[in-house]
Amino acid sequence: MNFSEVFKQSNQLCKVSPDGKYLATCVQYRLVVRDFSSLQIVHLYTCLDQVMHMEWSSDSLFILCAMYKRGLVQVWSLEQPDWHCKIDEGSIGLVSSRWSPDGRHILNTTEFSLRVTVWSLCTKAVSYIKYPKACQKGVDFSADGRYMALAERRECKDYISVFVCDDWHLLRHFESETQDLSGLEWSPNGCVLAVWDSCLEYKILLYSLDGRLLSSYSAYEWSLGIKSVAWSPSSQFLAVGSYDEKVRILNHITWKKITEFEHPATIMNTKAVVFKEVEKRPVVGSEDLSIHQLTVDNSLFSTQSKYEITQLPAQVPVIKPDPERANPKIGISALAFSADNRFLATKNDNMPQSLWVWDMQRLSLLAVLEQTAPVRCFVWDPRRPRLALCTGNTKVYLWSPAGCVSVNVPVEGSFQVQSLFWHCSGSSLVLLSKEHICLCYVEAEEEK
Amino acid sequence: MSPSRLYTASVTPPLPLSSFNVSSNFCTEENVSECILYINQELLSLCFPPIFQNSDSISDLDAVVALNNIYDLLQLHRRAVGMMEELEVEQLKSSSDLHYQHLTNSRLKDQLELSKKENMRLHERERQLETNVKTLQNCLKDTKEEVQRLQGIIASRATQYNHDIKRREREHNRVKERLNQLLIAKKENKQGMEVLNYIGRSDGRRCLWKTGKTESRHEGDMYKTLLNEFDNRQRELMVENTELKKVLQQVKREMVGVLNSKKMSQEEEKQSNDMDQSTLQTNSDEDELLKRHHEMSCDHAREKLTNSIRQQWRKLKHHVERLDSQASMVQDGDSEEVISKQLHEEEMERLKLEIQQCKEFIQTQQQLLQQQLNTPCDEETAAVLNDSYMLEEKERLKEEWKVFEEQRKNFEMERRNFTEAAIRLGHERKCFEDDRAMWIKHQFLNTTFADQMKPQSRMADEFSKHSGREEKLISISGKVSKSHL
Repeated sequence: MNFSEVFKQSNQLCKVSPDGKYLATCVQYRLVVRDFSSLQIVHLYTCLDQVMHMEWSSDSLFILCAMYKRGLVQVWSLEQPDWHCKIDEGSIGLVSSRWSPDGRHILNTTEFSLRVTVWSLCTKAVSYIKYPKACQKGVDFSADGRYMALAERRECKDYISVFVCDDWHLLRHFESETQDLSGLEWSPNGCVLAVWDSCLEYKILLYSLDGRLLSSYSAYEWSLGIKSVAWSPSSQFLAVGSYDEKVRILNHITWKKITEFEHPATIMNTKAVVFKEVEKRPVVGSEDLSIHQLTVDNSLFSTQSKYEITQLPAQVPVIKPDPERANPKIGISALAFSADNRFLATKNDNMPQSLWVWDMQRLSLLAVLEQTAPVRCFVWDPRRPRLALCTGNTKVYLWSPAGCVSVNVPVEGSFQVQSLFWHCSGSSLVLLSKEHICLCYVEAEEEK
Repeated sequence: MSPSRLYTASVTPPLPLSSFNVSSNFCTEENVSECILYINQELLSLCFPPIFQNSDSISDLDAVVALNNIYDLLQLHRRAVGMMEELEVEQLKSSSDLHYQHLTNSRLKDQLELSKKENMRLHERERQLETNVKTLQNCLKDTKEEVQRLQGIIASRATQYNHDIKRREREHNRVKERLNQLLIAKKENKQGMEVLNYIGRSDGRRCLWKTGKTESRHEGDMYKTLLNEFDNRQRELMVENTELKKVLQQVKREMVGVLNSKKMSQEEEKQSNDMDQSTLQTNSDEDELLKRHHEMSCDHAREKLTNSIRQQWRKLKHHVERLDSQASMVQDGDSEEVISKQLHEEEMERLKLEIQQCKEFIQTQQQLLQQQLNTPCDEETAAVLNDSYMLEEKERLKEEWKVFEEQRKNFEMERRNFTEAAIRLGHERKCFEDDRAMWIKHQFLNTTFADQMKPQSRMADEFSKHSGREEKLISISGKVSKSHL
């Protein structure tokens, strides 16, 4: 595994273009575009304020930089560096800004979610969408980019509007049977919309593209409900993670639960492998503690770690959440399917140091990774069944069905990996620390 | 002195009344003296003074003594009767007491029974009440737990609501502040977009006006997408369905096969063979039916298939269970098919022993072989040993060598002969050529110009004759060379 040099970034704003050729990072109010393979700076743009959100257009030709404090959005072109575009929301304020799937429209949500303005870069047309709902995930574009689903709230009732992204024509507008809609997501095949309620009620609704209610699922009443939802890439499964520390898998034919995955504190399942990260502290002799050594050789403080397989039954460290607080740190907060549909990775908030990997073919637990610190971020390789995760220390961890490995980021000064994401080809990882990024080139084969 | 009045049936009167009147039974006029003697004896035995004294011969009956004796006897009799009466009374009393006791006894027994039953009933009731109490206590515990759980839920919901409300209130305040700001602020920032130039659409086409046609097109597109998805899914499900049906059919056929092959060999099932035949028949019928209806996925066919599979599976299960029970019992060769566990185990042990023996045998053989190869014995003995193994082969080889040598010699000789013959042939040819040349020269010199035509033809003939001879020679040498090979 090779590591590149370190570059600066701010606000964790670092994105790879959809075609994988360029890497854009924001450093305060500057936008730096590099060629991905050589990491040479290709373009440099200057924005009017500190950039809070940056996004590539789908055709990799434009980048939008949103500055929420000033209510500005600036769009830059890669082909024509002289081209500029500035959208000023004025006194109405700006809370979020995103591209439309065709890469020619920008959707800005005003402050207090008063309305969504659709700005066009092709025509002078401007569209307004009223009463958008400010919730966890109120907008979703279908995978083929043809439709947009938007959650709305009028007169204390939830509605869903489906727009055709071609010309922003309102295709369907129907009332949603949720009490307080918290999120919606299209299935990868674009035909089913999953809509779920807030955590006060466990309810997930499946709507067809034309607005018919296909099914409604509720596992239990009264206790805190859904925390996270994920579609499998083939649209076969819908994984629902809830506050009762279980993931329920619904199938796409009957929309009924086919199985539920539990996250017990004691793992008894004999087919599962428990990997425990064990740190090895280097032994320091007294003669090594010279100032020179301490400043130059940082490996003194960085600990090596490796994975050990724990015997079953194994105990998973549990942290009891504070019962007085709202949105307690318990339940499945993150779910991710691998790209080949075969694996599901879950994280249970009251076992924050563990990551659970499930085999979707056998519908059983495959592996549990126990780290030394809470897992901050985990992402699947977009091509292979390979999982990368980080826990906020100087290491990046990789799991694949062959085994898992922990790699120290060999950067001078410590590089605390806060988050990471894969390049679309699956051949490299972009690691982000608080102020820097580093690229990690991963080989195709994994060693244990 | 009155005679006893009470005479019960059980009490025999001491003296029959009739005997008072008929006194002639005992004493008659003839046997007076004997009677007197007898009575005297009797009285003496009863310690009464005798009524007759036998000292003098006169049969003189002492009347006074007799009367006294009679009086005493009467007194005795009276006393006895009185005593009897008393005894009778006492007996009656005791019998009636006994009877009374019996009655009370039975009454008390009944009472005891009743009270025992009552006791049991009360115990039973107590037990029931205790179990009731226990279940109610459990219910209470459960309800308490439920109440606690619900209280916990309510508490968490309350915190969630409070959190939410606070969030909304904060947002509301922000909105109010912003509204105030906007009301106060004089300069209003208009929203707008500045762009250098408008760019084309990503797909290169022109933007279209929104018309009813586009709307219907959008609808159409949407339905097309949905229909495609449904089609795909239906296709997948159909494929899966046919696969599963095939699998089920195969399973059923195999189960039927297994069952029938087992059933044929079992004696107990002989009478049910006909039944099996019929089931086989029905099964094959069903198979055909199902094949015909294979394309149709009607409920009827599906139900039939699943029912028949369930039936077969049940039979197979029974059969396996029966086999298991048979295997666990010890049998003395009841049926050939079934081998008891013990026999099976013995067989296994025997085979294992055999395997062990064979392994040992192979090992010893290997060792001996190694020894043979490794032992550094005397060179002589080794040589002798080696020779002795190879003797036969050596002899054979020697003979073959001899044969080869002879053949080689023969070939050498033949070759020598042939070379000599070839040399001779060469010489002869040379001579012949010379002769021919001379002869031609002579002919030529001898012919005139006028005879040129004829001698030419003659020459040609002669030439041909010569060439023929040459050919013969060549063929002979060719033959020689061929035989040499």
